[in-house]
Amino acid sequence: MSAVDSPPAVASRPVRRLSTRFLRSELWMIFGRRRNWAGLAVLAAVPILMAIAVKVSGNGSGSEGGSGPDFFASITDNGLFVALAALTVELGLFLPIAVAAISADAISGEANLGTLRYLLAVPVQRTRMLAVKYTAVVIFAVSATLVVAVTGILIGLALFGGGPVTLLSGAQVSFGEGLLRLLGICAYLSAGLAALGAIGLFVSTLTEQPIGATIAIVMLTVASFILDSIPQIEWLHPYLLTHWWMSFGDLLRDPIGFDAIRSGLFTAGAYAVIFLTAAWARFSGRDVTS
Amino acid sequence: MTVADELAIASWGLTKRFGRQVAVDGIDLAVPRGQVYGFLGPNGSGKTTTIRVLLGLIRPTAGGHELLGEPIPAGAARVLPRVGSLVEGPAFHPYLSGGDNLARLDAADRTAEPATAKRRISTALERVGLLAAAGKRYRAYSLGMRQRLALAATLLSTRDLLILDEPTNGLDPQGTREVRSLITALAADGTTVMLSTHLLSEVEQICGHVGVMHLGRLVAQAPLRELRAAAIPRARVETDRPDDAARVMRELGLTDIEVRDEAATGLLGPVPAEKVVAALVHGGVGVRGFAVVAPDLEDLFVSLTGEGFDVSG
Repeated sequence: MSAVDSPPAVASRPVRRLSTRFLRSELWMIFGRRRNWAGLAVLAAVPILMAIAVKVSGNGSGSEGGSGPDFFASITDNGLFVALAALTVELGLFLPIAVAAISADAISGEANLGTLRYLLAVPVQRTRMLAVKYTAVVIFAVSATLVVAVTGILIGLALFGGGPVTLLSGAQVSFGEGLLRLLGICAYLSAGLAALGAIGLFVSTLTEQPIGATIAIVMLTVASFILDSIPQIEWLHPYLLTHWWMSFGDLLRDPIGFDAIRSGLFTAGAYAVIFLTAAWARFSGRDVTS
Repeated sequence: MTVADELAIASWGLTKRFGRQVAVDGIDLAVPRGQVYGFLGPNGSGKTTTIRVLLGLIRPTAGGHELLGEPIPAGAARVLPRVGSLVEGPAFHPYLSGGDNLARLDAADRTAEPATAKRRISTALERVGLLAAAGKRYRAYSLGMRQRLALAATLLSTRDLLILDEPTNGLDPQGTREVRSLITALAADGTTVMLSTHLLSEVEQICGHVGVMHLGRLVAQAPLRELRAAAIPRARVETDRPDDAARVMRELGLTDIEVRDEAATGLLGPVPAEKVVAALVHGGVGVRGFAVVAPDLEDLFVSLTGEGFDVSG
């Protein structure tokens, strides 16, 4: 056959290196879904309920057990503490559940519906798929934390007013600095939740059942809390992801105690790296038969 | 120029084992460019697994393949945007509308032009007759509408190759006709189509080439015309003395002779049909009717796969 007869070489369409279209689509899938709206509404309801309860009872003497700082007592002094108290309460279960549900759905949800095979055939390369899915999970973790904080600030200011903030160490700072420190706390907690999201993403690559994956991640979180409360295995505690979460109170001292915060961030980072690598190792070579 | 350049799909020794079970067993696919290739086989014969391997969803245990001259998986990112596929039925997000589902797939495609997305989505929906239901949630779609949406997804951008797994599944007769004419029109534009199906009528109407799968093996692969020509026609004699007719036919060298009611049939082989009639008349067997029957596609496939068509392999 001569070269003249050869079929024309069909040009591949150019690939755009940087496009946020798929990520935006992913975020729209998460934030456009009614189920997730309901979840965020529950997260927002907690500070509202707490503020109203304190307002109605007229005092904030909290009986908050556990390792976290007690912010209930300060709520009547400053509305900002509604946000802090709500974050403390929700960190125990609601925030981890929210992140677990979203991260568990990432791969297993698409596999469950069968949409995974069509996305891969588009093609979405598997590493890119994990990167986009995880970015969306992190954005959700930040958003969920901010939903609790912002709702808490708004309802707190409405019911108890603002003003200078008395820190845990007794010093007073301006309301503006208080807000800034709260923002820092949100960032710190988001990092911990993002690490949980990495575990979630890994579990999500193991199964085609998003509900099962969610339950597994919530159980892991609760187990971590339980292990952290057993003093006989104290040597294990620094290695637990959740051990460091309640250290966020250190950001409300003067001077700020960075030791635990640093360890917390390091632990979160280590968990994220390990589980993202595991997710990649598992997913990149897996046969997709769903 | 190598032979592979003329092939839209080429595989060599493609094999997939799941544990001890061999789902695809060393198949050498050769789908010529510009053809409609019927990929036939009973349920469970390995068609869908083959398609998953072709698209890179499953890694082959052994062997390799190329799509449009690009090796998979190395060239998958380059070639897959030019390949539209329908694998094992439609799958979409139930709470999104048909149009939004297509928009999501288009957003995932890094070669797709965002500026033209809306127009391309409408065009694709219109081609499958789904434009009116574009805003309806997918969960409210009937099976036929879902199938149409999956076809629309394969038409989102210009494709050089379509791999369609049972595209008319769940469609009513009108829808089936529409899809067939759509495939024919696409093929006329030069798109290669690999059509996996167990419907023989579909193959007879639109396929130029066929490959037949059986128990994970590719038992036949050829232009449909050649496959038919190779099939041996059968002579059928209607008579009041079928047993005598059968004896005469056997003496002439016909094989696989069957006697049923008032008729005898046998495979002609190299024996000319005229000779059979002459011999029957000569032998004093009254002939009421005589016919040479070319085997229909179904007989052909039963002979290739050794079983009925809808039986799991």
